[in-house]
Amino acid sequence: MSVDKNVVKKISRLARIHVSEEKSELLSTDLGNILNWIEQLEEVNTDGVEPLTGVNEHALAWRYDAVTDGEITDEVLKNAPEKAGEFFVVPKVIE
Amino acid sequence: MSDLLKMTATEARNSLLKKEISSVELLNAYQNAMENTKALNNYVTLTLDTAKQMAVNADKAYAQGSAGPLAGLPIGVKDLFCTKDIETTACSAILKGFLPSYESTVTSNIWHSGGVMLGKLNCDEFAMGSSNETSIFGPAVNPWSKIDGIDLSPGGSSGGSASSVAAGSALMSLGTDTGGSIRQPAAFCGVVGLKPTYGRCSRWGIVAFASSLDQAGPFTRTVEDSALIFSVMAGHDPKDSTSASLGYTNFSEAVKSSIEGIRVGIPAEYNVDGMDIEISDLWKKGRAWLEQAGAKIVDINLPHTKYALPCYYIIAPAEASSNLARYDGIRYGKRIEAETLDAMYEATRADGFGEEVQRRILIGTYALSAGYYDAYYLKAQQVRRLIKEDFERAFNDVDAILTPTTPTPAFPLGAEVSDPITMYLNDVFTVPANLAGLPGISVPAGFSNQGLPLGLQLLAPPFEEGRLFSVANAIEKQAEFLFAPARAAGDLQ
Repeated sequence: MSVDKNVVKKISRLARIHVSEEKSELLSTDLGNILNWIEQLEEVNTDGVEPLTGVNEHALAWRYDAVTDGEITDEVLKNAPEKAGEFFVVPKVIE
Repeated sequence: MSDLLKMTATEARNSLLKKEISSVELLNAYQNAMENTKALNNYVTLTLDTAKQMAVNADKAYAQGSAGPLAGLPIGVKDLFCTKDIETTACSAILKGFLPSYESTVTSNIWHSGGVMLGKLNCDEFAMGSSNETSIFGPAVNPWSKIDGIDLSPGGSSGGSASSVAAGSALMSLGTDTGGSIRQPAAFCGVVGLKPTYGRCSRWGIVAFASSLDQAGPFTRTVEDSALIFSVMAGHDPKDSTSASLGYTNFSEAVKSSIEGIRVGIPAEYNVDGMDIEISDLWKKGRAWLEQAGAKIVDINLPHTKYALPCYYIIAPAEASSNLARYDGIRYGKRIEAETLDAMYEATRADGFGEEVQRRILIGTYALSAGYYDAYYLKAQQVRRLIKEDFERAFNDVDAILTPTTPTPAFPLGAEVSDPITMYLNDVFTVPANLAGLPGISVPAGFSNQGLPLGLQLLAPPFEEGRLFSVANAIEKQAEFLFAPARAAGDLQ
């Protein structure tokens, strides 16, 4: 599997990580090597094998749909890089 | 004072109970040791005042006869556990300055039992690495000798946790293990490292890497100490939906149990190409030790072992790419200002995440993206089931499995960092247990020709940590490991 620069651009865009021209060159080699190495998985016959998402396959425990905390606005906002009153501040998203 | 550093946690606990020593004395000894071993770069945040207060409280509790099982014992915490109002960074630039408003369940359990917090320990950024070199604080250093004047890696990701216990600057420490991040550094530093069964310890409040694989576990100098602290860490937590509904168990009893008649499997597939001869020799010795202790050795097969690493390097990055989406420069952590929201996300994440973390997010994003999901992610999940079934089949015939912990001893810092795949191969023996959710323990058992520590790994069926402690104790007794790191705070043997 070769990963060309356009693929690197596409996935870095999906991952919301800015990748410079120069770096995308390096990354396409790196990611290509890693994916090539991973492709040995193709040797394994997995016909009819149910995918395993996690080792705990038992049903999740039930709990009441109830409010268990709240009124902690200050704590929620405490680590925000930018806030105004009771709100997080984000760059303008609507023109 | 150096006598205080020589005590195991169990010995210190007994001396505290008999009032031969005080918690404050013990803490002072450790704080001096932290100062003397600063060059090892193990601690990224010190909590001197908190520690003092906790030690004073522990002494009060001993005086009143109400001391918890860890009262007064100095403990270091990997900087991946959220600690209330104490900076928690996951050793990443993106979380610099983050002050959690809550305490992780595992660390809460430790403090409620009287443990004394020394500080936060160095690790690979977001626990992604096997050498501690991806940390924004620079690598922790292995306290065992240098090779050709170059510092050795303590392993990773929990490098500071392993190194501090080996150096005598923490009596015990906490780490996390997603693919070997407790067991590999434990082996490199000559200490005991336990990765519990998935679901045994709550993941609540631990910075997430790969949620279906992450588990918290302890580093200690002895197996007995491991059982002591693990008994406190483990337990059901309603705040983690994957936490097992099991009550309190005191694992200290299990350490001393006889292993007469226990069947121990030796998996043929762990004889990998490129394994150092000294490691395969140690593996043979371990087999002989267990036989002498009354265990029955059985040759077994785990046919899909070879595929565990490539399987892991799809599943872990896929989960990481999802977990790390939360670092968006809005709610906490670093933010690089830009004109638009998307540009702000992209600039923040490019600046805040290190190279290896970015690489893994991109691999994970690729594996989960439209058109590649079936070929990579689904395929890896299917292989994961086959790996788990290998173990289930093997555990029909054996009670535990013995393997080396790592294919090599500790390597010099800088030696492997340039090639991601070489670095990934460090975890070849440890990753299968994470994929299958099994408990595993690394016990220091011998030395390389250059005098570096080597570890043996034991694996058991889910929730059989007690059995791991029994078998690990048998190895520890026979190995008579000479614990003498050259750059430790003092003579610790």
